[in-house]
Amino acid sequence: MAQTRSNAFNNIIAQFNEPWKRYIAFAVIIALLLMAPISLGPYATVILTNALLYVVLALGLNVAVGYAGLLDLGYAAFFAVGAYTVGILTNTFGLNFWLTLPIAVGAAAVAGIIIGTPTLQLRSDYLAIVTLGFGEIVRFSARNLDITGGASGISGIEQPWLFGWHINTPFEFYYVFLLLAIIAVVVSVRLQHSRLGRAWLYVRHDEDAAEAMGIDTVRIKLAAYVIGAIFGSVAGVFFAVNLGAISPESFSFQQSVLILMAVILGGMGKIPGVILGAFIVVLAPELLRDLGEYRLLLFAVGLLLVMLFRPNGIWSVKGK
Amino acid sequence: MGTPLLELRGINLGFAGNTVLDNVDFTVGRGVIASLIGPNGAGKTSLFNCITGFYRPQSGSIKVDGHELMNLKPHKVTQAGIARTFQNVRLFQQMSVLENVMSGSHCHSKAGSIEAILGLPGQRREEAMIRAHAIECLEFVDIAEEVDRDATNLAYGHQRRVEIARALATRPKLLLLDEPAAGLNAGEKQGLLDLIGRIRDELDISVLLIEHDTGMVMKISEHINVLDHGIMIAEGAPKEIQANPKVIEAYLGQDDGENLL
Repeated sequence: MAQTRSNAFNNIIAQFNEPWKRYIAFAVIIALLLMAPISLGPYATVILTNALLYVVLALGLNVAVGYAGLLDLGYAAFFAVGAYTVGILTNTFGLNFWLTLPIAVGAAAVAGIIIGTPTLQLRSDYLAIVTLGFGEIVRFSARNLDITGGASGISGIEQPWLFGWHINTPFEFYYVFLLLAIIAVVVSVRLQHSRLGRAWLYVRHDEDAAEAMGIDTVRIKLAAYVIGAIFGSVAGVFFAVNLGAISPESFSFQQSVLILMAVILGGMGKIPGVILGAFIVVLAPELLRDLGEYRLLLFAVGLLLVMLFRPNGIWSVKGK
Repeated sequence: MGTPLLELRGINLGFAGNTVLDNVDFTVGRGVIASLIGPNGAGKTSLFNCITGFYRPQSGSIKVDGHELMNLKPHKVTQAGIARTFQNVRLFQQMSVLENVMSGSHCHSKAGSIEAILGLPGQRREEAMIRAHAIECLEFVDIAEEVDRDATNLAYGHQRRVEIARALATRPKLLLLDEPAAGLNAGEKQGLLDLIGRIRDELDISVLLIEHDTGMVMKISEHINVLDHGIMIAEGAPKEIQANPKVIEAYLGQDDGENLL
């Protein structure tokens, strides 16, 4: 029974193997997302904005986990790097928001290189432990340093201006995040079909064979880790200006796990799957809100069932 | 001929006190097809792994074209012009034949993340070049019609050919084949012999193989080295090796002994 249902689902997914069908599906989804705030109202818009934020985060983590096979359990740290960079630089130093963006990218890249260079020589399981530690170090530092505002974090972060347009309503931010998500998808697709993207897969499937083909595996893994970090940091930057306030608790271990869950649930390394996963981890708890206390329990059971019946993620297509 | 293509001097390798390679000297000339034979456990694959940088010998020197390779990582060895295949075919799973062979061009191309994201003309040209080169290599090994198939779904003999194409794509000076005939039937073995000959004659690449099928080794090799218990016990032309009493002794009691004699 489960088998036939699973096959039916595979058939639906296989429908999207042809490029033109994929483009149409993509166009329809974008059109729906463009109209969503108008028809769904303010509350749903905020929730969808959050979902789009998770799409960016999950696609970023997917570069490390899905493409290069690097298990990162502290991804929220890079999210924090971006958010705190913009918070500190605009509030304390009065820098223009748009100037903080490249600095946040640079900070994430530096953090990625510092953590990645020594650990990427190790096997993947050690990497998971080190990244877990790194995530906690960043959160504890944020909570205990004066410059990051301690446990209460940073508030009153000014919303950005763009050529005289003040981006400050939830509706405007929705479209900002939609644009970010589209950019994240395009960048992911481009990377996946490049020399670098193939090298990640070679390394993930057989590190020794990849080495034997002249691929510097440590460098390739570092590239994946750093690119993932940059995605996270950029998401953090816009997260901070959207809320106007950040605190260390936004960047907890649970946050890292939730992002990782989006990636694994949808299907590691598959862009449509990761997007689906991001929407599920944000929307499912909301849709189950009426159940009150039981919603997280039900959500957890649902996740277990998905992993039981589709261990490679919801969007897993045989052979590819 | 001047300096040999590959020159090993005094290679010592041991694991936890067990000597695997004992003061091995070894050379491969230019434009030759050479073989490394020896009973099971003689250290042949270990020697391959030393040459390709997967193992680090405790002492010795490994030179290709006069450049020292000792302590270089495997990818640097490949970039220096030595390509290899593995004893158990190791293709990249869930990737097409073409994608597998495209991996060989990695060290001859350079587009990074930014070029890929922006899709600059240089990056597009490079992608086309990588693809064309991979197809050329697949045509050379005669399986160009299978480009889009999942590599690990191919027949075993074809997987071996993909692996050779992948190694050729790195544009080596020297190709190391680790038991390329294992698991092949008689017809496929003959095809492999022809292919190895063409690699040397048409591509001007020297070939060094480890092989258990001594009949095949005698047929194709111009130079043979014999390794036994980590010691190089003989080298020379096939005729000399067949007549060498040390070699006969090393193979006595082995299944392969009869084939050799």
